[in-house]
Amino acid sequence: MDVKESLDLLRKEMDELKDSSRNKLSMVVFSGDMDKLLASFIIATGAVAMGLDVVMFFTFWATPALRDKKKKGRGKDLFGKMFGFMLPKGASKVALSKMNMGGMGTAMMKMLMKKKNVQSLDEMIALAGELGVKIYICEMSMDLMGFKPDEMIDYPGVEFVGVAKFLEEAGNSKIQLFI
Amino acid sequence: MADDIKVDVTMDLKGMKCPMPVVKVSQQIKKMAVNQVLVAETTDPGAQADFPSWARSSGNEIIKTETEGGVSKFYIKKLK
Repeated sequence: MDVKESLDLLRKEMDELKDSSRNKLSMVVFSGDMDKLLASFIIATGAVAMGLDVVMFFTFWATPALRDKKKKGRGKDLFGKMFGFMLPKGASKVALSKMNMGGMGTAMMKMLMKKKNVQSLDEMIALAGELGVKIYICEMSMDLMGFKPDEMIDYPGVEFVGVAKFLEEAGNSKIQLFI
Repeated sequence: MADDIKVDVTMDLKGMKCPMPVVKVSQQIKKMAVNQVLVAETTDPGAQADFPSWARSSGNEIIKTETEGGVSKFYIKKLK
């Protein structure tokens, strides 16, 4: 191999290296608590402002926060119906992790957020969509809780995926979070 | 020299809370040309730390900061 050839090879490897440590943030959103979901979306939208690509992987209790309250999932079995009934139907129905007090605390927090001009969770999700934050939903959580794709929100480019997809994205990210 | 900065765009971000000021500014600066200056007016106390961090990470420069009566003005020059 002559000098030029090895130089080209080196350059190619450098480019690949640069590409693999791309400016990306990958987040597992596991919690269905309103406060943690809000924090996730504040970090996600802030990260886009900082010039990062952002990927959010919704799993377990965070999954029902992406249901659309106006839509209905069809063809559910008994357990699916039960989960559908028991779990919050969309981001406007999730509760605080502390001081919920049977819904009173959450209602008070929402009132306070409005008064202090803090964006609601619904607004943050819409903003994330506009900014190009990518949302993946865990296929297994959907299946386990009996959620149907047609009852989820119309989020641009939303996809139903498995753990390998998240790990691939996380591997190409310089920041990984679990919330 | 500092007094005759040519301002290209002024954004009123007063009343907005985290993360909105940096989100709005990052969206606006994308539409501008290199070396143009954006002025962001904000009342968010968090912005005092956030704008410098944002500028360092996104490769822009804060050329001047003014604070008067609870309103801060950040003069941001687009570098790339």
